[in-house]
Amino acid sequence: MKYEDILGNVTVLGAAGKMGSGILLLTAVEMADLSLKPENKDRNFILNAMDVSDSGLAGLMSYLRVQITKIAEKKTVALRSTYADRADLIENGEIIEQYVFDVMNIVRPTTGLHPAYKSNLIFEAVNENPELKVKIFKDIENNTKLSPWYFTNTSSVPIGSLDKKAELGGRILGFHFYNPPAVQKLVEVIATDETLPELKEFAATYAAKLRKVTVPSNDFAGFIGNGHFMRDALHGIEEAKKLGGELGFTGGVYTLNKVSQELLVRPMGIFQLIDYVGIDVCQYIMQVMNPHLDDEDLHSEILDLMIDQNVRGGQNSDGSQKDGFLKYEKGRPVAIYDPDKKGYVPIDDLKEKADEYLGSLPECIPAWKSVIREKGKEDILKGYFIALKRVSSNGSDLAVRYIERSKEIGKKLIADNVAANETDVNTVMLTGFFHAYGPINDFLNQG
Amino acid sequence: MKKLRKKVYMTAGYNTVSLGTGRKEFHPKKPRPGIEHYIKESGEGTLSQIGGGKNVDESVIGNFMAARFNNQANLPGFIPMIDKDLYGKPATSVEGACGSGGLALMAGIRSILAETADVVLTIGVEVQNTVKAIYGADILAGAGWYKERKKGHAYFFPGQFSDRAGAYFEKYGREGARKGLARWFRNAIENARLCPTAQEFHNRVEDLEALGLTEPNGKAFVDNLNVFDCSKVSDGASAIAIVSEEGLEKIGIDKKDAIEVVGWGQCEADITAPPEDLTKLSTIKIAAEEALSSAGITIDDLGTIETHDCFTIAGILAVEALGYTKPGEGADFVAEGNTARDGKIPMNTTGGLIGWGHPTGATGVHQAVTILEQLTGKAGDAQINIDPERPYGLTINMGGDDKTIVAIVYKRG
Repeated sequence: MKYEDILGNVTVLGAAGKMGSGILLLTAVEMADLSLKPENKDRNFILNAMDVSDSGLAGLMSYLRVQITKIAEKKTVALRSTYADRADLIENGEIIEQYVFDVMNIVRPTTGLHPAYKSNLIFEAVNENPELKVKIFKDIENNTKLSPWYFTNTSSVPIGSLDKKAELGGRILGFHFYNPPAVQKLVEVIATDETLPELKEFAATYAAKLRKVTVPSNDFAGFIGNGHFMRDALHGIEEAKKLGGELGFTGGVYTLNKVSQELLVRPMGIFQLIDYVGIDVCQYIMQVMNPHLDDEDLHSEILDLMIDQNVRGGQNSDGSQKDGFLKYEKGRPVAIYDPDKKGYVPIDDLKEKADEYLGSLPECIPAWKSVIREKGKEDILKGYFIALKRVSSNGSDLAVRYIERSKEIGKKLIADNVAANETDVNTVMLTGFFHAYGPINDFLNQG
Repeated sequence: MKKLRKKVYMTAGYNTVSLGTGRKEFHPKKPRPGIEHYIKESGEGTLSQIGGGKNVDESVIGNFMAARFNNQANLPGFIPMIDKDLYGKPATSVEGACGSGGLALMAGIRSILAETADVVLTIGVEVQNTVKAIYGADILAGAGWYKERKKGHAYFFPGQFSDRAGAYFEKYGREGARKGLARWFRNAIENARLCPTAQEFHNRVEDLEALGLTEPNGKAFVDNLNVFDCSKVSDGASAIAIVSEEGLEKIGIDKKDAIEVVGWGQCEADITAPPEDLTKLSTIKIAAEEALSSAGITIDDLGTIETHDCFTIAGILAVEALGYTKPGEGADFVAEGNTARDGKIPMNTTGGLIGWGHPTGATGVHQAVTILEQLTGKAGDAQINIDPERPYGLTINMGGDDKTIVAIVYKRG
């Protein structure tokens, strides 16, 4: 089938979710752009937005409208050519409005699964629940007359196991967007030995049209991204726990969050990242990954404790951050959760003691926000890490241990044959997690 | 032009901040003052220097597109809001796209000459940040012929002047021309840094010419200009008092604190006709020549010029239209620093449209205020040396693509 034929009828499952809505948006725009080509004017393009939540779908349609408008505003120069033969569309405003309509007109919101029976391509972005995924795939398989392709957005469930259980015969591929899909450049592509070659070809074309960077990952629970993140998070949690005696749980969380953000020059601290992804999601991903790991136990009692106390993090439907390990005001952390007190302790109350514990730090710590834009980024980071290593303080020790552990995790992903090489690991962390540098580097081994 | 039947002066200038991207206090998502705020601030700024509204005989307000940017027409109605003593007196709104400010000045001048007024409060205003630039481009396209809009660029006017730049590149060489455009940009920003109301006052970029040389990207913007070649989207107003000799006495301002209007050229070109030669600003040339000849001077007598650089290429083409160089040599003339604040002929000494800002309907009045400040020694940090041998100042204000032109020659009163 041709690229246009496959995209003639597509379903996104879990379309109102955080990932699903982004996938739906990107796919809708791609399909609309195809539909607006003169040679496709007699073709139908249908994109089913399937979700169990009616209110979620209503929110999705509002989200689409806003986002498509922004996209149209950015490409109005090209859209004026697209609509050059429409004498009734004169002003940019009229052209933008028409484009928003044309994209939205492709999308069919639905709470039922039956529209998917006519789809050639199914994007699956439902909960990270392997049984649920298999159940849905089977339902479609039992009712469709086609042989649809399944692109799953799972970040942790092995693709091969889904293929086998749903009896898809290789018509499935891991196509793992990063959050939020509309912004993040990275897609992890996971093919199994059984995955049909035409799926891989289509995936490459589709990703390129969406201007995504693809990194191949082997079909191993967690793949590269979560393979690194989950272990990296456990390291942070364990280090925070160790500081408990001296600084208390909250002091430990504050300290490790600060070390992993500021001293490691990352976009956010590790506890903020766990909150961003969702404490429950992290716990769940570890549960999915753990049975597939022979030599380690990917599990955190602290995450369990937080969930037990119903502290979950994650985001509100408007994209704002829910409270988790940290409490947020206008997106900034202001307090740390104390499970003993079952409440939050203001950062101002524990900052002084924790900062004293960290001790002296290098004078010039580069800010993540500015260093990522610098052309001489490597040199700035090299100089900084040399200075960091030379300082003798608890802060320096914590940071150096963290950096070494992050590198070790990266190397393990290659040793375990999850990632093909160092570049792939680093690309995932650079583009999927917006790190300023890849975890596999020699910054600490020089000077 | 006939000999003036009496002397006309301008004094008591006032500029609001030119607000928009670049100003630290500007945030696109935060609420901003409306058009009435700018009218009031600028009006009061001038009235406070001339003894209040009771001394004003009539008012003129220049504005381009408040009807679309602000859903507001009938702007004369805002004049009595400035000062209750303006209630019951004449007020007029004039429009000629980005040349509206220049037309407002001309309307004021004519009222003095007609002897129907001795003191005219003249205001120019535009508040454009109410819509995103992509929609603002639709509104500003109204300065061109509406029948050309469909085939025009998404960014209509940048598209028009990109075509002019493209024609200039082709005829005279791209590399040298781009250097001239980049130098024009550098001068604009460096001058704006000396003027606290300028939109680029906070600009701290070190290598401005390198930035100015950024390659244009036709996919995202236009083919031959980058965003630094363009004036920004601005909110702002300027006001000035246009007065007779009797008027000066009435408001108690000494002639030396005023500038005298000694000549002008006001020219209109057919909006439905495309430019005959894209590499020439032919209407500006006619207006400038008329202004100089009516003042009885040549360009050698000019100490400073405020010219309408909505785009860097418009600055270069104005240099050529004025006769400082032969066609095709304006870019080199600018690149060599001749139009910088310490050059042969300092131009746009508070930043011009690119550096100070371009609240479209206000620009013509802002130009007059800058000349007033420079010729009366009140330009603050932006003050340039005015050679007593060359005491004249010139403003050139343009509406549309070389269509509605007002050029005025001034000297200190």
